[in-house]
Amino acid sequence: MNALFSQEVPLIFYLLLSAALFALGIVGFLIKRNLITVFMSIELMLNGVNLSFVTFAHQWHAVKGQIFVFFVMMVAAAEAAVGLAIIIAVFRARATLAVDRIDLMKL
Amino acid sequence: MNGSLHLWLIPLLPFAGFLINGLLGRRLPKALVSTVALLAPLAAFLAVLGSAFGMFGAMPMLNLPYTETFGTWLNIGALHVDFSLVLDQLSLIMLLVITGVGFLIHVYSVGYMAHDKGYARYFSYLNLFLFFMTTLVLAGNALVMFVGWEGVGLASYLLIGFWFSKTNAAAAGKKAFIVNRIGDVGFLIGMFLLLANFGTLTFTEIATKLGQDPGWSGGVVTVIALCLLLGAAGKSAQLPLYIWLPDAMEGPTPVSALIHAATMVTAGVYMIARNQVLFDHSPFALSVVAIVGGATALFAATIALVQNDIKRVLAYSTISQLGYMFLGCGVAAYSAAVFHLMTHAFFKALLFLAAGSVIHGLGGEQDLRKMGGLRKRMPVTFWTMTAGVIAIAGIWPFAGFFSKDAILYSAFQHGSLGKALWFVGLLTALLTAFYMFRLWYMTFLGESRSPQVHPHESPWSMLGPLVILAVLSICGGWVGIDRFGSLLASATGPTIDPATAAGGKSLDLILSGIAVAVALLGWLIAHIFYKQKPQQPAQLAAALPGGYKLLVNKYWVDEFYGAVVVKPLMLFSTYFLGWVVDKAILGGGAWLLGGTATFAGALLQRWQSGNIRSYAAWLAAGAAALLLFAFIPWTTVLADIGIHLTQAGH
Repeated sequence: MNALFSQEVPLIFYLLLSAALFALGIVGFLIKRNLITVFMSIELMLNGVNLSFVTFAHQWHAVKGQIFVFFVMMVAAAEAAVGLAIIIAVFRARATLAVDRIDLMKL
Repeated sequence: MNGSLHLWLIPLLPFAGFLINGLLGRRLPKALVSTVALLAPLAAFLAVLGSAFGMFGAMPMLNLPYTETFGTWLNIGALHVDFSLVLDQLSLIMLLVITGVGFLIHVYSVGYMAHDKGYARYFSYLNLFLFFMTTLVLAGNALVMFVGWEGVGLASYLLIGFWFSKTNAAAAGKKAFIVNRIGDVGFLIGMFLLLANFGTLTFTEIATKLGQDPGWSGGVVTVIALCLLLGAAGKSAQLPLYIWLPDAMEGPTPVSALIHAATMVTAGVYMIARNQVLFDHSPFALSVVAIVGGATALFAATIALVQNDIKRVLAYSTISQLGYMFLGCGVAAYSAAVFHLMTHAFFKALLFLAAGSVIHGLGGEQDLRKMGGLRKRMPVTFWTMTAGVIAIAGIWPFAGFFSKDAILYSAFQHGSLGKALWFVGLLTALLTAFYMFRLWYMTFLGESRSPQVHPHESPWSMLGPLVILAVLSICGGWVGIDRFGSLLASATGPTIDPATAAGGKSLDLILSGIAVAVALLGWLIAHIFYKQKPQQPAQLAAALPGGYKLLVNKYWVDEFYGAVVVKPLMLFSTYFLGWVVDKAILGGGAWLLGGTATFAGALLQRWQSGNIRSYAAWLAAGAAALLLFAFIPWTTVLADIGIHLTQAGH
């Protein structure tokens, strides 16, 4: 009881939030059709992971976790740039962004 | 003298020739190919001469046999084998014959093979043969000898099947190779037994160990000697493994001269002479050698009587003469056997090359019945061949007389078995003289039986070697068996000296006289049959149809082996190995593996839906499963289940 009202938010809440974000990302990835939404779901998952990194970094007073977050953000930025470029290229070629329709590689 | 004779040069010079002509020969101009091909054996011959001078110049310093070791080959526990070459009088004689006659035959081949497409290939094989043959002869232990032994078999196979587009030649090559393998099994088992009983394969060490302990006799030594004899019989075409040599005549004629008359087939005789200590310790094995030799000599000579292919007559004659050498070894007259080996190399190489010249001049004709009257057309070939025929018939003072006489004399002095073998040898000499003069009359004398053919004398590159070999066939025996024997004495043991032996000098003279008389009788019969009364042979054949058929069909030995060995093996291979093992077990196994993979693939194919979200779902499920796997405390869970299961079992 005390822990809930103390200054410090307990670790479990951060982790639950992180897991919730990640799960939302997965669900979004699996059920959405629009490629951009799918893409955003990936960002959501990455941020869920980032949150747990930051949490543990704070908990254990280890700077490593924060450095990982920077790496993840950097990769995510690069990925966003490439991914959006691909999405634009796909849209130009196929005039659709529905993932079910983008199936040229299928046998 | 720095103590090294550089023996490695002798085998490696021909090997260099093989590499150059084998790898680059097709791109090099023909003149260069010939130059390389001729330089290799010539250089080897000079190296042998150099070694000979080094050997005799430094005789007091060198302890014969002189050994050079080039590092360790095997060193496993008690087994220690070196790359060692050994030079003594025995290997020196062999080397001189191999490289000397080999060089002459290379020269001859330049003319004989001039128009062949495989010119460079031919000479690379020939040089390869010289490499292996010199290795065989120089080998200081049985394993190095075996390398040369197998190598000459390979070269022989390649050269018999040189014209491999001819079915007969390809089949003959295979036959030679396979029959030789049967003999090699004997050689191998002999080596294993040597290792097991003496712990070494080095010839000198075996001799020392045998000499130290006189208890070695009979028993295991006999078995080893008989195994080695089997190997020697395979290589030297003795009964019962002689069948490959007549077929080997499918190869080019110079090859028949070099490999299948003068050098390779004598390897068996050399091997027995090299291992003579073993044979000396086993009188039984020695008797077997003598009987095999005598039987082969007579057997092959009878077949040669009625053959009509000029090369086949010579092939059976070679088998017969090899039998003589075995006979010599078998009566412990190793130096006489090696002496005959040497003179035989001269006159048989000569006979084959002269036959090759005849075949060349007639445009490939090998049938004696279509020859005749070539004396005027091919005078050089005629006169050189005459020298060879007289030499092999054993008429004084040609080379064959001295060596044959030495063997017959030693046989006569070798107890009652020896006396019987002496008679067999004498009978063989009669037959030999007859069939050789028959060949001579049918080829060169009388009228041509194929008037439409216009034979021409061969080029000088072919006649030159003939003349040199003819001179050697005449003079080669004059070194005399006494001096030859004393030269070889340290390597092959002492020879019987007629002056002190039973019967004295007069017995030697009487035996020689009988031998020459028998040879002349053979000539006389041939003269009557093929010169005076040409219808006589056909009448005789008609009078004795059974005997004639037996000889013409070579005693049906090939057919017998075919029915008893080849056919059952083929049936076994076709039905058991081919159908049961190959098709059913191996093929079925492969089919099962392939079928399983195809079936599994067909099942798993459904996963490859092409739907990216299903992939993602599987990915997520997989990640979840991994996490579960990582976080569930399996050891505890399994232990619980285990306890539970054992309780349930009770």
